[in-house]
Amino acid sequence: MRALSYLVLAALCARAAPAFALDEGVLSKLASEDSDDKIAAIRHLAAVADPEGLRVLRALSREELQVAGGRLVIVDGDRVLDAATGRELRPAPEARDAITINNRVRRELGGALAALRLFDPDRNVRLAAAQELMRIASPATAVLLERALEKEADQEIRSLLSLARAEVGLKAPGPAARVGAVRALGASGSPRVRSLLTPFLDERAEADATVRREARKSIDAIDARVARAELLGRVFSGLSLGSILLLAALGLAITYGVMGVINMAHGELLMVGAYATFAMQGVFERFLPHARDWYVVAAIPAAFVAAALVGVLMERTVIRFLYHRPLETLLATWGVSLVLIQAARMVFGAQNADVANPSWMSGGIDLGSSVVLPWNRIVIIGFSLAVLAVVWLLLNRTRLGMFVRAVTQNRAMASCVGVSTGLVDTAAFGLGAGIAGLGGVALSQIANVGPDMGQAYIVDSFMVVVLGGVGQLAGAVGAALGLGVVAKFLEGWAGAVIAKIAVLAFVIIFIQKRPQGLFAVRGRFIEG
Amino acid sequence: MELAIRRQLVPRLIGATPRAGWVALAAFGLVAFVILPALHLLAPAGSRLHVSGYVITVGGKIMCYAIVAVALDLIWGYGGILSLGHGLFFALGGYAFGMYLMRSIGREGVYQADLPDFMVFLDWKSLPWYWRGTDHAPWAFLLVVAVPALLALVFGLFAFRSRIRGVYFSIITQALTFAAMLFFFRNETGFGGNNGFTDFKRIMGFSVTAPATRVVLFVLTAAMLAATLVATRYLVRSKFGRILTAIRDSESRVMFLGYDPLPYKLFAWTVSAVLCAVAGALYVPQVGIINPSEMSPGNSIEIAIWVAVGGRGTLVGAVIGAALVNLAKSWFTAAFPEYWLFFLGLLFILVTRFMPEGVVGLGRRLLGGRPA
Amino acid sequence: MRSRELPAVLLSAALAVASSLLPTGARAGETIKVGVLHSLSGTMAISETALKDVALMTIEEINATGGVMGKKLEPVVVDPASNWPLFAEKARQLVTQDKVAVVFGCWTSVSRKSVLPVFKELNGLLFYPVQYEGEELEKNVFYTGAAPNQQAIPAVEYLMGEEGGGAKRFFLLGTDYVYPRTTNKILRAFLHSKGVADKDIEEVYTPFGHSDYQTIVANIKKFAQGGKTAVISTINGDSNVPFYKELGNAGLKATDVPVVAFSVGEEELRGIDAKPLVGHLAAWNYFMSLKNPTNEAFIKQYRAYAKKKGLPNADKVVTNDPMEATYVGIHMWKQAVEKAHSTETDKVIAAVAGQTFKAPSGFVLKMDETNHHLHKPVFIGEIRSDGQFNVVWKTKAPIRAQPWSPFVAGNEGKQNM
Repeated sequence: MRALSYLVLAALCARAAPAFALDEGVLSKLASEDSDDKIAAIRHLAAVADPEGLRVLRALSREELQVAGGRLVIVDGDRVLDAATGRELRPAPEARDAITINNRVRRELGGALAALRLFDPDRNVRLAAAQELMRIASPATAVLLERALEKEADQEIRSLLSLARAEVGLKAPGPAARVGAVRALGASGSPRVRSLLTPFLDERAEADATVRREARKSIDAIDARVARAELLGRVFSGLSLGSILLLAALGLAITYGVMGVINMAHGELLMVGAYATFAMQGVFERFLPHARDWYVVAAIPAAFVAAALVGVLMERTVIRFLYHRPLETLLATWGVSLVLIQAARMVFGAQNADVANPSWMSGGIDLGSSVVLPWNRIVIIGFSLAVLAVVWLLLNRTRLGMFVRAVTQNRAMASCVGVSTGLVDTAAFGLGAGIAGLGGVALSQIANVGPDMGQAYIVDSFMVVVLGGVGQLAGAVGAALGLGVVAKFLEGWAGAVIAKIAVLAFVIIFIQKRPQGLFAVRGRFIEG
Repeated sequence: MELAIRRQLVPRLIGATPRAGWVALAAFGLVAFVILPALHLLAPAGSRLHVSGYVITVGGKIMCYAIVAVALDLIWGYGGILSLGHGLFFALGGYAFGMYLMRSIGREGVYQADLPDFMVFLDWKSLPWYWRGTDHAPWAFLLVVAVPALLALVFGLFAFRSRIRGVYFSIITQALTFAAMLFFFRNETGFGGNNGFTDFKRIMGFSVTAPATRVVLFVLTAAMLAATLVATRYLVRSKFGRILTAIRDSESRVMFLGYDPLPYKLFAWTVSAVLCAVAGALYVPQVGIINPSEMSPGNSIEIAIWVAVGGRGTLVGAVIGAALVNLAKSWFTAAFPEYWLFFLGLLFILVTRFMPEGVVGLGRRLLGGRPA
Repeated sequence: MRSRELPAVLLSAALAVASSLLPTGARAGETIKVGVLHSLSGTMAISETALKDVALMTIEEINATGGVMGKKLEPVVVDPASNWPLFAEKARQLVTQDKVAVVFGCWTSVSRKSVLPVFKELNGLLFYPVQYEGEELEKNVFYTGAAPNQQAIPAVEYLMGEEGGGAKRFFLLGTDYVYPRTTNKILRAFLHSKGVADKDIEEVYTPFGHSDYQTIVANIKKFAQGGKTAVISTINGDSNVPFYKELGNAGLKATDVPVVAFSVGEEELRGIDAKPLVGHLAAWNYFMSLKNPTNEAFIKQYRAYAKKKGLPNADKVVTNDPMEATYVGIHMWKQAVEKAHSTETDKVIAAVAGQTFKAPSGFVLKMDETNHHLHKPVFIGEIRSDGQFNVVWKTKAPIRAQPWSPFVAGNEGKQNM
């Protein structure tokens, strides 16, 4: 925490320091093997608070600071800068060793950079710095926080800073100041703050009755907020799991539910979609490195087309010959799945493929109270709804959809009135496969991408379709979201394994009671 | 009374299988009961005629699989019920007998304790209730039969009463075996978790690794396979079997004729489960391990594929399918370790696409016969 | 079925069974056969394929330098397909049918447990290259991976120290199988011995292939509010990707709650975007990023091999700890055979004891004279943004394995054969 008292100094003279070359002796300590030396150097640089020093610290935190021939250099893309002067070195020295830092040094750096950034002109930078400081609030930061609060105009940042200040205020000698601090902290939603307040309930630790009463009130307020946030988090995680189940099962709802084909290679169509995403990521990195973050968007049509092509190929070569033997499509498609798995293994290798979240899908919305809603999951929930809408429109508002429904309801009659049933079958199967490919895009953003990945989803997908009722999109949606939420609530209560078993048992029992699923279609053809 | 039944049953059993079938069974018996055991035990290890322990264990394993395939053929080929959870009954039988084998290890385990090693490891102080009595072989045999039978009975009763059929039934059996697999994976369940049971020492007092023990198990398995074939053949030829087939072809029509399909389906289903369990019990001492991966959905699908490859509704086809697929697998995995999944996958696709009646159907067509 | 066909079908089937099972009678000539028993398909292919490649590379290297006792090595590769009974069957096939002198293989504990009775019965020889839970010591097996005291305990000691962040609370998270269970049992006893109370230790297991870590990550966050927390992860294979992705997106940084993993190495990180994971840790006996001439040669050799064989992603192959252990194991076996002038199991077992080899880890590793385990150095690495590791701590010298952990009751006096 001594570091932070330096940081106070830093705050006071943040802009004033003139640009000058940095002390080589201090810099060389950054390259020391010993963490203590590094930390001392960081503290020094932070205390001097020179923009050059800030740049060196930032480079160190990004692993861009290196040693070349005894001097420190900053590697900035293709350029190599001298760390002491900031001048570009030409020619760039070839032999360079990266300076490594460990978590201890990284923590120190984080604090130093946050304090320096608290005075940055950019609001977002200040906000991030304030959040960072929240985590390390201590008496040493008090002066810094006061200075920052004086200058700060933004409401959100102000509230963060005043919470941090209140934490410091808890240690104040006067009861009035403590009451104020305790009262202010009631606005927090963090379990950490709650544990800070707990000692104030105890008579031995807190002599003043008003403070004790206020602490009780604040703790209750925090508890309520935490409970609400946790409930929200749990519902969210259930919906997220449900949306993933839905995406995994939606393609199956078409191929199995509408067409009656038991496609055991459905999981492998998900895999095709995921590998298409991986390939698209590679294409963007190679040819469009600046638009790298948008590879996911481009992967959506690519995955759809790739999986649909595989699906059409499957339909034309195998499945169309087995329409009158549904149980046997199961066996043939199992064979297809083995072939697809091995093909993926030989083309892409047995190892998992590295699919990175684009930056706009990384991180999450912090609700406080240790509940974070990750962006990738939020995007996937939205994506699943969009795909659902498109599928619904396709089936209910287009000619193709009408044909598909016609063939499903009465193949012979549809054929009689001139529907080319063979083409409709192929198109519908291709559509189902393509949607599985879209599911693969979503899965690649949260789970692993590997040859075997599809196997993990096949049982779950069938559960969703069967529970929802065959041929029912609405049923699939209800089943997927319901299973997701139920599984997540059970998991919080009984652990992951039991939750999974309980959900399966529930589906088995439910099917006994309602063999036609959640949304049964009444009609004679079910008896067929 | 008992004699009279026996007098009736034996000729019927004999009559159900055609004479040529008995000749083939006799040939199979000669190979399995006499030639292979003799060559394994008597021929010296260096001689060309020697049959290694590997052949005996693989042969025994494949015959266990063949029993399972026949059991599935009974309900799928004749009853039209495709179970994708037969691996569960197989594994339950294996686990029940495995419990006995674990208890027979005695104090020879790693921790030299009375409890099986994995329980010592979990710091359990006494046997859980469901392990009681498993050190007695008769109780273990009873468990092998009773536990899967009870599960099949209860599950079948609810499923058939709700008139769950076709693909629905297949999928919930798949869910059942998947749930059971997760359950057995848990260490707290008390069946050794992911490792399951292994490192058995002796069976009924004999060393499991002794060649003689292995041959006895092999012969027992062969006898069980032959008995299964004869008994299921009798069953499908009987009035019961005809009604079962009728239910397969049109359940509603059978109901209108005044039969309740439930007991027929339920009986065939339970018999099939018990056969699987017995095969599982024979399988465990021969391969030396039982663990939850036997319950994985993929394994159960493979059983259906053996039947399909051999030819559904022929019983003997199931045996041929099980042998062919497993031999192909054993050979491919050693000869083309990188490509064998392609071969296996293509085999399944081609068989279902071009040989809907499997190897037996193909053989019939080649011999100019008409479908039975 | 018509009666005429039945015998033909049955007989031909019986004959097919019998004839295909008869021994081929081929005998080893001027080559020594060695078995490679790694899953090339199924769930474990993801990890084991690379071990097969490195084994074949090492065998090629040995053959190029004159083979063993003037004979070339002939690798016999089989695929046990991540199927545990098949492991036992394939092991039997390798030893009795192919008559291999030694088998290099297995990854999971259950596969090792499955083949053990076979090797004991047939007196075969197995080199097992993966870090494992200990509690085992078999005459027919040499363990070239780490025992718990060569991996887990140093890592926890590091986390408790100043450099590691001075962790006070520990969240033990693993897949529910024997390796995580044993490791956590040992760690709990170890933490007790360091004065950590049970309320500060949380133990959680997930099923195989678990892919939804939302609830668990939320629980870790909550647990971490109670004091400086570290997560000890023994999550297996595929589940690591969703776990780390969730961790990254939920904003748990290594500077707040470091996660140290015992089953995550360079190969696993290839499947994960490492940028959000910078600073999380792993403990191994080898890292690809180690700088020494032996390691540089090893990496170069493997890269050249991958390119030559056209392995998928040959330009991006990495080396990891079990690969190094495979490489060391094969070389130690070769040295032992040359010392014993024989490939007979018992003679080789006697000769392996005390062998030394300059390993890519930069240390000279020694096979312990008595306990069939290697003396290994321990490295703790922090994940870098490129999926490699910065070594932040290492032992001064290789340490001896304790397959029977002193932290498990009833193991006193069990250290040696």
